[in-house]
Amino acid sequence: MKLIIAIFRPEKLDAVRAALIKHEITRMTLSRVSGHGRAQHRTGLFRGREVDIPLMPKIRMEIACNDEFKDEIVDAILQNARTEGDTPGDGKIFVLPLEECIRIRTGETGGEAI
Amino acid sequence: MSLLSVWPQTSRWGVAAFLLLPALAFAESTPVAPPLPQKTLDTGHTAWMLVSCALVLLMVPGLAMFYGGLTRTRNVLSTMMHSFVAMGIFGVQWVIVGFALAFGTQPLIPGFVGWSNDFLLLQGITPETLWGETGVPTYLFAMFQGKFAIITPALIAGALAERVKFKGYCLFILLWGFLVYDPLVYLVWNADGMLFKDGAIDFAGGTVVHISAGVSGLVGALFLGARRGYPHSTMKPNNLTMSLTGAGLLWIGWFGFNAGSAISASASAVQALTVTQTAAAAGAVGWMLIEVFQHGKATALGLVSGIVAGLVAITPAAGSVTPAWALLFGVGASAVCYGMVLLKTKLGYDDTLDVFGIHGVGGIFGALLVGFAATNLGGFSQFLIQLKSVAIAIALAGGGTALIAWTVERTVGFRASEEEEMLGLDYSQHGEVGYGLTHL
Repeated sequence: MKLIIAIFRPEKLDAVRAALIKHEITRMTLSRVSGHGRAQHRTGLFRGREVDIPLMPKIRMEIACNDEFKDEIVDAILQNARTEGDTPGDGKIFVLPLEECIRIRTGETGGEAI
Repeated sequence: MSLLSVWPQTSRWGVAAFLLLPALAFAESTPVAPPLPQKTLDTGHTAWMLVSCALVLLMVPGLAMFYGGLTRTRNVLSTMMHSFVAMGIFGVQWVIVGFALAFGTQPLIPGFVGWSNDFLLLQGITPETLWGETGVPTYLFAMFQGKFAIITPALIAGALAERVKFKGYCLFILLWGFLVYDPLVYLVWNADGMLFKDGAIDFAGGTVVHISAGVSGLVGALFLGARRGYPHSTMKPNNLTMSLTGAGLLWIGWFGFNAGSAISASASAVQALTVTQTAAAAGAVGWMLIEVFQHGKATALGLVSGIVAGLVAITPAAGSVTPAWALLFGVGASAVCYGMVLLKTKLGYDDTLDVFGIHGVGGIFGALLVGFAATNLGGFSQFLIQLKSVAIAIALAGGGTALIAWTVERTVGFRASEEEEMLGLDYSQHGEVGYGLTHL
């Protein structure tokens, strides 16, 4: 089992979700997060002056899956969260080994419970 | 136990009495005498108009909050800006030429648009100049009407929200003021206007404000097309508490809008205030009951939608119906507007905040019903006059909006790009965010 954590641009959320749902990956957890990457800071306007907005808003998506689904999920995210051109800031995907998964309602464990 | 067993019978009588009320009230009502002509400044009338003028402006931040709370987080600020920028643009346009075009005494295009050199920059009049025989200074009348010129285009913004380019919106409302609003005011409210001469009733702007904004919103929404993701993705309000606060300000401001339209501190203003209060409350209760019967829950958004529907419907009729009729205006408007909001989903067009569903449909409902309900005029002949004025307002607003939208799209651009829309209009159009707590 794997835990996939993807951090990407908020404006790509709809496209990523739609692609995953098309592949019948419908179980996910989302949160709005902020942080630093290699991307240039966004700038904002304050009283006519350009100011840096140091923390960038991103979406964090977590999906737990059985091993055979990993590539499909990673591909779907890669294809849909990437922007044209070569500007940093599209985000990252982390794939972690997952030791155990337990469904609270039934107490099932392992691959069955995912 | 005894109370419970008595209840159904009394409630049945209650319902019967409620249904009979309008008929009884209609039979017994007498027309309200107009205020006496005034040759000198009347301090009472002027004081009330000063207050009304401020109350109508209060509706604009109210509208900004109402609309702003209903959009997604990424568009909250841009949506509020749509209302606020109208205060700037029309605050300027109205003083320079708007008032002259709408209320000028000489015809520029006979029956449609007027002109007065005196009203160009309001330069030919002084604070002492009185407006007709109202006893109210022309400056004050012009400022009061100027607030209507602000809120009407701001209402349209609800149909364009979350996908309109800010530059395109600004150009759109400016052209709309010249091409649709000023002529429509002249037609309906100027003594030389075609519909005014017909005897069309529009006490406070059912036709001029709500039908025109509603229909223009529909045409604008169709022109722009649906937001990306609509209707499959959920597009939930970012802050309903702000929408409720905004709706409350709208209700308060509406007393200036309707009772101020009497242009006097008179019996007519008192009547307008009474029926405005009654219709708003009836609209709220009506929408709430419909929701309770359909879904088992009364929603906050539903309740405020009912308030606005009731207020919109009573606007043309505020000077000429009884409180009992006002109950029917409110409940009836909630029913037809609720139906239209459901129908929108079936038809699939994306009127973001239901400007047509509530202002358009509620305005048409009120403008037609007043033909039957008006205490001194009611009847079929008045209904036909109302029908004609509604048809002309729809044609002018619809045709004008289509032409303006086409022009704007080909010059500065009307719709935001896909990237701008997905990023959110707050950041892409203004370089700011509404709620900056986490990312600043």
